[in-house]
Amino acid sequence: MKIQTKSDLEKMREAGLKTLYPKTTKISVGMATCGLSTGAGKVYEAIQKEVEKGKLPIRLSQTGCIGFCQREPVVDILEQGKPRIFYQGVTPERSSELVHQWLENKVVEDLLLCKMEREDWIVDGESKDYSILKIPDGMDGTHHYHQIPFYSKQLKIALRNCGFINPDNIEEYAARGGYLSLYKALFDMKPEAIIEEVKRSGLRGRGGAGFLTGNKWESCRKAKGDRKFVLCNADEGDPGAYMDRSVLEGDPHSVIEGMIIGAYAIGAHEGFIYVRDEYPLAIQKLRIALAEAEKTGLLGDNILGSGFSFKINLFRGGGAFVCGESTALMASIEGKVGEPRAKHIHTTESGLWDEPSNLNNVETWNNVPVIISRGADWFSKIGTEGSKGTKVFSIVGKVNNTGLVEVPMGITLREIVYEVGGGIPDGKKFKAVQTGGPSGGCIPESLLDLPVDFDRLTEVGSMMGSGGMIVMDESTCMVDVAKYFMDFLKDESCGKCTSCREGTKRMHEILTDITEGRGTIDQITLLEELGWVTAEASLCQLGGTAPNPVLSTLRYFREEYEEHILHKRCPAKVCRALLQYRILPDVCTSCGRCAKVCPAEAITGKQRTKKEKGKPFKINPQKCIKCGMCFEACKFKAVEVK
Amino acid sequence: MTQTEVDGIVKQYGAKESAILAVLQDIQSKEKYLPKETLEYVSQRMGIPMATIFRIATFYNALSIKPRGRHKIDVCMGTACHVRGGTKILDKLERDLGISVGETTKDKRFTLESVRCVGCCSLGPVAVVDGEVFGRLTQDKMPSILKEFK
Ligand SMILES: Cc1cc2nc3c(=O)[nH]c(=O)nc-3n(C[C@H](O)[C@H](O)[C@H](O)COP(=O)(O)O)c2cc1C
Repeated sequence: MKIQTKSDLEKMREAGLKTLYPKTTKISVGMATCGLSTGAGKVYEAIQKEVEKGKLPIRLSQTGCIGFCQREPVVDILEQGKPRIFYQGVTPERSSELVHQWLENKVVEDLLLCKMEREDWIVDGESKDYSILKIPDGMDGTHHYHQIPFYSKQLKIALRNCGFINPDNIEEYAARGGYLSLYKALFDMKPEAIIEEVKRSGLRGRGGAGFLTGNKWESCRKAKGDRKFVLCNADEGDPGAYMDRSVLEGDPHSVIEGMIIGAYAIGAHEGFIYVRDEYPLAIQKLRIALAEAEKTGLLGDNILGSGFSFKINLFRGGGAFVCGESTALMASIEGKVGEPRAKHIHTTESGLWDEPSNLNNVETWNNVPVIISRGADWFSKIGTEGSKGTKVFSIVGKVNNTGLVEVPMGITLREIVYEVGGGIPDGKKFKAVQTGGPSGGCIPESLLDLPVDFDRLTEVGSMMGSGGMIVMDESTCMVDVAKYFMDFLKDESCGKCTSCREGTKRMHEILTDITEGRGTIDQITLLEELGWVTAEASLCQLGGTAPNPVLSTLRYFREEYEEHILHKRCPAKVCRALLQYRILPDVCTSCGRCAKVCPAEAITGKQRTKKEKGKPFKINPQKCIKCGMCFEACKFKAVEVK
Repeated sequence: MTQTEVDGIVKQYGAKESAILAVLQDIQSKEKYLPKETLEYVSQRMGIPMATIFRIATFYNALSIKPRGRHKIDVCMGTACHVRGGTKILDKLERDLGISVGETTKDKRFTLESVRCVGCCSLGPVAVVDGEVFGRLTQDKMPSILKEFK
């Protein structure tokens, strides 16, 4: 059906409400990539089998990721008059129990993650109360979604629908207020007014640089050209960041709706979404969503009967980090090699095929419908002076709760790491948090009370980037981390500018020397010099920010560099060339596991049997390849690394 | 790949410059790599010089002009995987398969590659085999995973 009027849209919304909150019990399985990689597909099948076998009155659905990726597979059950419950770590084996217990008004206690009694629809400010009449047995002590530490500080604007709707179902998107903002923009607002609203909201681009979105739109609207383009950057190249993937997989229509509103405001009729090749599921979800939007007349010619037409093409990237840079991305779409150009003329004036082009990140576009419906005043109340709204961070690495968290700008790093993230596992000591991907830096413990926003992060030598936050503990080596990023950058440098091509390579060589015990103290000065030249003399921000990982670790962790250079020691026990493995004879129980797993046949000893005691095992340092297999295999902590 | 098959792919995207990446990707998903003869035909069919096509085919990490094995293993080298021991997983595979990253085993069973972040950072270290993502890996889990891929 083509949506032509507001009442058509209301009808679509009604249809969506029926599947979102059906009369029968509904079980939803989180089937984004994180869910699937822990077995959500098999859980879905197991539940489906159970339902079909018993002809059970249950409706099974799929949804995106609710952010707590570490606890995947996550399954939620919704039944009218009961609290909604979320299960974590569900396996196919336990699926049947979970279904049948529910039908008997009971829950499986050890799998419970949390419960929910009400959900907020952020787009229209309404909320859906579950009107609880009956509480299943076994739920005493189950925490509310809003009370568990992982979620208590979160405010979900960008992730509003992820984990709550079936991403393939446009009606469910509409049910929670989707496409209402588009209607409002097309019929109740002039393009200039939309731009004004976005400007007043203070929204800054979520792709890294934090450029004011409204200002960018305005210059593109004002630029001269018959053909204008609106583009979405879904290249998400920063390793350690995956919020764009999650949005595309769990709520693709939010990005599409944002783009249509932007295109109308700017006066563009053609758009592109540039998605990275490593995200096959996101590509699939986008294809479905684009087709649905076209079929219902929300995309294509004469949208909603307004006379405005806009088309979106999907473009698959080729797996090159530099293609996330605006001019390289546009070159790549044109069919050229994805190399950046100098930006004396902005892409808003001369971008794709030399026409005015406006590029924004996935999360930026996804915020737009909310700003249009709730208004700039509402939006700009959230966040800090210079950074409005929320930001999604992927909190990963050496931290207890890993996943995607969306928090108001201005929250401190400490709150994110220790409250939302639950601190460092295994009683280890926090060392640093890395933000901003390869362009960013490592922030030490002394700065944990830093409020997180665009400007504060830059001040301390890091940056917002796309929102990756990799937590590092005492067993992470900061020189190795710098080397890791330099390895990434030297591979991903497109090679156009000598300073970047050679600078990253030389810095990597020096860092390799240091981590392998050949470093000299004057190499530190050389690193700083090389970093300066690379940053100053390169065209794009890949080279411009390339030294950050080195400079920030030198700034806050210089003593670790010095340990490697002067004492040939890696305090974190990571740099392999500097390590020695040894078996402590007093601790060794002669079980022989280490010798069995050793790929180099470097471990010998006499295994204990029922009759004989055996002799402690020993590592031959000449044969040892320092792979760490024995260390991982030993159950008695008898293997020592120095 | 036959010329008719290439014609079909080119027709789908149009014989224009901007379609080249999509065309090459589709060829690769069928052939697992980009055979030289096929590229020559694409060049002729789309009117794009072979040198340009070669430059594109070697610029993008997702494209390969080297033949690949029956199964492709991508070990994630994202930051989160790195700090949780992703390199050890890669080392283990190199040792067990007797090849270096970027190479294919003699029996053509596996091609071992590394990839810059697959976006499953909370489950690191991660590897992808033929598109299937495996998370929370340890060195000793690898042999049993690979056993499933004949
Ligand atoms: C090397 C490099 C890689 C980049 N990668 C991305 C990316 O993966 N995703 C993204 O949205 N922006 C990326 N950017 C930033 C874009 O150039 C651009 O600023 C952004 O997409 C604009 O959107 P925004 O204003 O909504 O942030 C990258 C920039 C550079 C220099």
